[in-house]
Amino acid sequence: MTAQQGKTADPGLSQEAPASGIEPTIRVQEDDFDLADETRAITAGRRDIGAVVTFTGLCRDENASLSAIELEHYPAMAQKELRRIAAQALMRWPLSALTVIHRFGRIVPGDNIVLVIAAARHRRAAFEAADFIMDFLKTSAPFWKKDHRIDGRPVGWVEARKQDEQDRQRWQTDQQDRQA
Amino acid sequence: MTVKLVYFAWVRERIGKNEEEIELPQDVETVRDLLAHLKTLGEDYEAALAHPNAIRVAINQEHADHGEMIGNAREIALFPPMTGG
Repeated sequence: MTAQQGKTADPGLSQEAPASGIEPTIRVQEDDFDLADETRAITAGRRDIGAVVTFTGLCRDENASLSAIELEHYPAMAQKELRRIAAQALMRWPLSALTVIHRFGRIVPGDNIVLVIAAARHRRAAFEAADFIMDFLKTSAPFWKKDHRIDGRPVGWVEARKQDEQDRQRWQTDQQDRQA
Repeated sequence: MTVKLVYFAWVRERIGKNEEEIELPQDVETVRDLLAHLKTLGEDYEAALAHPNAIRVAINQEHADHGEMIGNAREIALFPPMTGG
């Protein structure tokens, strides 16, 4: 019942070591990832996981105008911030395992950008934790997208969406968050 | 006090540097003071920081509000709102 202990622990202790005792897998990498491999790494040899929710974010081209995006990141902070977000999710939901992978560098439409895998005994915790992590990742993990276009239009930085900020705020009604 | 500044995305492009060490004047106490001070350093800085509210700041790799004290920060990062994921 370590996850239950995690939920009631002092939030001030959450920064580096999740009170749940679950050590999340957090990676910031240039290379692609494989959803099946990463899921297997979480579930292999375990009999206590009843739910696995995965979210994969892809590079999207809506108007056939994008040749690639350039994902810039702040190396010294990216891993740290993802770990902090993961720690908050582990405090809030009784998870069995958690993986967050974010790529950087040049990524073409259709390719993977980000992966979140949340595993738990029951589905609700896994669904909600994955959703929560993506909302916080979008607004506070130090990554920036730059569009490179096919048609010669100027290369430009993607603007932050107001909707992402609103999505994040959904979680703050009943939760202490340093992000507030 | 000397502090390392690091820049990302369009802040980096407009300032024209990835990072630099600068000597902070005594009266620069908060993040807001720092942004105001940097704007006086030249046209590039002025262009990058024309709208301070659009600038996000991290002190020693942790997000900081504009009202936060700089203290003995080793590294301060300036960047636009994040667009990962």
